[in-house]
Amino acid sequence: MEYLPNILFAIILVAGIGYFAKNVKKLIRNIKLGRDVDVSDNKSERFKNMAMIALGQSKMVRRPIAGILHIIVYLGFIIINIEVLEIIIDGLFGTHRIFSGIGATYGVLIGTFEVLALLVFVAVIIFWIRRNVIKLKRFWKSEMTAWPKNDGNFILYFEMVLMTLFLVMNATDVHFQTMNSGNVISQFIVPWFNGLSEGTLHLIERSTWWLHIVGILVFLNYLYFSKHLHILLAFPNTYYAKLTPKGQLNNLESVTKEVKMMMDPNVDPFAAPPEGAEAAMPEKFGASDVQDLNWVQLLNAYTCTECGRCTSECPANLTGKKLSPRKIMMDTRDRLEEVGKNIDANGGEFKDDGKQLLGDYISNEELWACTTCNACVEACPVSIDPLSIILEMRRYLVMEQSAAPTELNTMMTNIENNGAPWPYNQMDRLNWKDE
Amino acid sequence: MSEVLNVPTMAECMAEGRQPEILFWVGSAGSYDDRAKKITKAFVKILNKANVDFAVLGTEESCTGDVAKRAGNEFLFQMQAVTNIEVLNAYQVKRIVTACPHSYNTLKNEYPQLGGQYKVQHHTEFINELIKSGRLTIEGENTFKGKRVTFHDPCYLGRANEVYEAPRALLQTLGVELVEMKRHRKTALCCGAGGAQMFKEPEKGDKDINVLRTEDALQTQPNIIATGCPYCNTMMTDGVKAKEKENEITVLDVAELIANAQ
Ligand code: SF4
Ligand code: SF4
Repeated sequence: MEYLPNILFAIILVAGIGYFAKNVKKLIRNIKLGRDVDVSDNKSERFKNMAMIALGQSKMVRRPIAGILHIIVYLGFIIINIEVLEIIIDGLFGTHRIFSGIGATYGVLIGTFEVLALLVFVAVIIFWIRRNVIKLKRFWKSEMTAWPKNDGNFILYFEMVLMTLFLVMNATDVHFQTMNSGNVISQFIVPWFNGLSEGTLHLIERSTWWLHIVGILVFLNYLYFSKHLHILLAFPNTYYAKLTPKGQLNNLESVTKEVKMMMDPNVDPFAAPPEGAEAAMPEKFGASDVQDLNWVQLLNAYTCTECGRCTSECPANLTGKKLSPRKIMMDTRDRLEEVGKNIDANGGEFKDDGKQLLGDYISNEELWACTTCNACVEACPVSIDPLSIILEMRRYLVMEQSAAPTELNTMMTNIENNGAPWPYNQMDRLNWKDE
Repeated sequence: MSEVLNVPTMAECMAEGRQPEILFWVGSAGSYDDRAKKITKAFVKILNKANVDFAVLGTEESCTGDVAKRAGNEFLFQMQAVTNIEVLNAYQVKRIVTACPHSYNTLKNEYPQLGGQYKVQHHTEFINELIKSGRLTIEGENTFKGKRVTFHDPCYLGRANEVYEAPRALLQTLGVELVEMKRHRKTALCCGAGGAQMFKEPEKGDKDINVLRTEDALQTQPNIIATGCPYCNTMMTDGVKAKEKENEITVLDVAELIANAQ
């Protein structure tokens, strides 16, 4: 019976990590539902971006208050998790503070953790106040209701609880307190428990220890369902982000082929395809559902932190239009999840559910309000490109459905006929010179 | 502008058997829009003054396809691109300068994979070169010296291609008092014209984007709102009118400031 806690610990650990691994597999499968895109170029530049933007948080600090608070929470979170390593070893082998044997360094380490824990606690409270008391506008837009709104708060409560558990655990650890090294913060919590017997203290210490590790495992598994997935995906996402100038929108290769064929007088459009060439269905132009987007765009959707920096700088949104680039990303993720669940329910095959991203999630009105100004792309702290999704969906509307607003159709007819978006004769193009 | 402008076409140059130094890409707005034509002429005036050996395509120029692409019509865009590239390559064009950030972006970034490789510059970059190399001189004591000027960054020049300095350097040369809007450079607010919005009514909302952007500009209490894009110019001009400030504030292209600074 003596090994019961160790066995229990091992079971919880394996279950927690196992469930997480299962969801990661699902995540990867869903992302791979997207079209292929070649992002194998410029590896060193990509690594640099990842180091700067994800690890270095360079785009976070453009808004200094949120940026610095975020860095505290992020650093605190990562560094304090070194402690988890000790917890796992202790838990599996029934040791107690196995690393304390390393001497004075241990005190320095734990002391740092304690200071960080306090800082994280304070930062998280400020975050909570910004969300719920000051009510920063970007957290209260129409897409931030129900789950997205609660999600933002849950994570803050989670952090508060975890940090408290960590500090209380240290405070009630009599052995650790008598070492009197590294208890920089927890020593001030000790008086709260004055007068309790050593047995009770031990009980509290053990409980917080267990809750702490279980909490971390729950948190790990919460990620998949939360905007907090970004703590993992920010890394691949910044790595695979667009490297070309923001104004450069991709040229559709499938269109290039057709245009070249039309312009080339030597090509016989009625010729039979050469031997061996598959008479494949022509690729759909643009996107009406998540499978038509490329996998980096789907990765973008899972990475979105729902911070709303994009929306708060979007000219369309600022002037009361329905378009919100954050909503574009959230819709894409929601639909992708729906498609993923559909695949799970139907034995690995997607069964048409009569729904799609276009129309059921994102309306034409939203899509047509975009000025392609790139403010959202510039603002995003994790290099998400909402504009590219908007453009793909416009492509579908125009090229597959001829569903552009009337004025735009007129404009396009003008270009076709006169080589200008207005109904002027191309032969008058130089008239300005003599006017 | 009463003085005679010298505007050779590529066809004329070809007939004379010479290759001009640069091609000036006028763009659709610059060719047909009454306000934008003034910018075109101002830039030509500068080119003439600096004795730049340039030419235009004239009636052989066609829409770059930028608006069509951003409206989602990739097909029409590529048709336009391939047609233009054929003409440009036939004339063996190497360098292009344009006063329209949309043409600039498309020619520079979206034409290369379709077979059109050119060195493309925005007119503010080119004028800076002219000044630096001494081909163009600006009087220290000019009409705009000391005027309060705010610069509106066109999205397709700024964020899209990270050209923030060139237009500002020109304003500095003029000795104006440059006052930045709260949102400028990377965070500049769009004028509302891009992405084919210029050609349609805005979606339902509570304000027009150009009015919001004009409010940004008005906060700096400028004498002049400068910009570097014919579409921005139209939007800001309309915005100033909507705010009934057209008697106090003028909206001018940086090229117009330079051309009329004497
Ligand atoms: S590119 Fe479109 S969605 Fe993004 S900020 Fe500009 S208008 Fe909004
Ligand atoms: S797309 Fe980027 S800026 Fe917009 S909400 Fe998501 S993470 Fe924030």
